[in-house]
Amino acid sequence: MASRARLVAQGVAIGLVALLFVLLAWSLLHDDGGDLAKQANRGDRPTAPDFTLERLDRDGELELSSLRGKAVVLNLWASWCIPCKDEAPYLEQVWRSRRDDGVVVVGLDAKDFRSDARRFADRFDLTFPLVYDGPGHTLDGYNATGFPETFVIDREGRVVAAFAGAVNGEEERVRLASAIDEALST
Amino acid sequence: MTRLAGVVVLATLFLAGVAAAAPPNAADLEAELVCPVCETTLDQSNAPVAERMKAFIRVRIAAGDSEQEIKDALVAQFGTEVLAKPPEGGFGLLAWLLPLSAVVAGAVAVGLLIRSWSRRRGPPPAADDLDPQLERLVDEELARFDS
Repeated sequence: MASRARLVAQGVAIGLVALLFVLLAWSLLHDDGGDLAKQANRGDRPTAPDFTLERLDRDGELELSSLRGKAVVLNLWASWCIPCKDEAPYLEQVWRSRRDDGVVVVGLDAKDFRSDARRFADRFDLTFPLVYDGPGHTLDGYNATGFPETFVIDREGRVVAAFAGAVNGEEERVRLASAIDEALST
Repeated sequence: MTRLAGVVVLATLFLAGVAAAAPPNAADLEAELVCPVCETTLDQSNAPVAERMKAFIRVRIAAGDSEQEIKDALVAQFGTEVLAKPPEGGFGLLAWLLPLSAVVAGAVAVGLLIRSWSRRRGPPPAADDLDPQLERLVDEELARFDS
């Protein structure tokens, strides 16, 4: 009787461990960012948390809400992040090709040395506005789960779409273009 | 005796002063700070950003910064996650208090369980609880043994 109970207990324990593995695999495969990203991608259009941060590309500060009336592509990055290097030239291309339509790309560098971030910007010839948040307090508001993450914000300051990981593949580029159009249409 | 105590106090103060004045050790700092890429301590990482942080530590030590100043400078640029040990104050204090609370709660739970088990077992049966027939048999056996 006792050995049967032990067998049942072992079976339950193995089942629980297997269930945890399945949950872990599922969460890794379906990682689409934090809560804000999920809300945005569901079409809820949550308000983008405002921030005022020091500029990296020049003196002064940038306040996100000062860009109301424009569509904003907010890219969270760090110079040590490898996928950030892959997508940086494309974001620069988006900035140059869409700025006349009322689109602003803003790069938010966090958890990084300022000097490294500036070197990164020089290396990739980035000309869009760059801000710096060393300790990364802004990341919490965006529920960022890693680097890079990109948020498309409409003219009224609401998040239209979010991208966890680099906007690099054809599928992400098409989605980004469509999200920018949607952000401009509000 | 008083003179000896005075000497001991002075020696202690001198040694404490020497320790405080000594420059921080880069290896110690590298063991207490975390690389943001691999999330291991700097001494375990050779990621480019970890190497940059190690270089930063060496430069700041050479510039005469204290251990705390170097940590503060890195926290300002990488956040509190860069500290291998959570800060011993504010929200970080929870990381120290929660495990301690868990140990205390565990000890209390074990104590209560032991108490409840010992109560459930109850006192040993009294001698007069013996079956009269069994008692008689025992008495007979004892009498036979005595004789």
